[in-house]
Amino acid sequence: MARVVVDVMLKPEILDPQGKAVEGALGRLGLPGVTAVRQGKTFTLDLEGDLDEALLAQVHELAGSLLSNPVIEDYVIREVIA
Amino acid sequence: MTASSAVSGMRIGVVTFPGSLDDRDAARAVRVAGGEAVALWHGDADLHGVDAVVLPGGFSYGDYLRCGAIARFAPVMGELVAAAASGLPVLGICNGFQILCESHLLPGALVRNDHLHFVCRDQRLRIESTSTAWTSAYEVGQEIVVPLKNGEGGYVADEATLDRLEGEGRVVARYLDVNPNGSRRDIAGIANERGNVVGLMPHPEHAVEALTGPTTDGLPFFTSILKGLVEA
Repeated sequence: MARVVVDVMLKPEILDPQGKAVEGALGRLGLPGVTAVRQGKTFTLDLEGDLDEALLAQVHELAGSLLSNPVIEDYVIREVIA
Repeated sequence: MTASSAVSGMRIGVVTFPGSLDDRDAARAVRVAGGEAVALWHGDADLHGVDAVVLPGGFSYGDYLRCGAIARFAPVMGELVAAAASGLPVLGICNGFQILCESHLLPGALVRNDHLHFVCRDQRLRIESTSTAWTSAYEVGQEIVVPLKNGEGGYVADEATLDRLEGEGRVVARYLDVNPNGSRRDIAGIANERGNVVGLMPHPEHAVEALTGPTTDGLPFFTSILKGLVEA
């Protein structure tokens, strides 16, 4: 079994009000010096069989269309376990 | 022959996705305007020969992943995207607007309201463009009040795209009084280059009858399309 881990984050220029709310809560809970919090998503894809280049290319394509919206988000494939 | 029956030959499809809420109100608005509303199903890759399509508000697929992100890949959307590219009039309201952006039929995206709260209010708007298939029955600069209800209604796009939308007269409606969700440049609705595809965050379909709406200011969206189709 293969595994691919995809991280999706809002682009830096897109306001992240959820991250801001978390930032405020961290401050209220006494964590000092938090200057910014950004909230993102992680997708763990478990795949049957071998992960070849063609399959990985397909994962890239879907990471850039379904898993993320390129207008507001960036994705990175953080981990590949073939 | 009354005006209503003159346009009754026009068939306007309203798509229902799992989680759509406002499909019935949209269909009703079509009928109030004098058209025939045709129910379309997300899983059916067939537009059944309709003359125009409304993508209604709601929470398609539970707003999972991103609003509209999964609906974009519904079987009916493959047909719709192709038809819209060849000029089929499409109006996306609220979640429908989000689906149109996710489908890249309209530029930009809708993100969480900057204040994080769900907003539900009667919203004053200014109609900025009447050269779209859905706004020809308005006057430029006309001010209307229709309901607005969203959690992810903040319109964003890069500066170049915003400049282009403004320069090409593709900002269809703008928020007045307050910016309710952090939308860039107070944008409430936009059109594609051709003007056949319009996305709108507020809900004109909830403002077509005095009994249930704050006004009937939303009705011209639906009479515009019927009038346009008759003249076409």
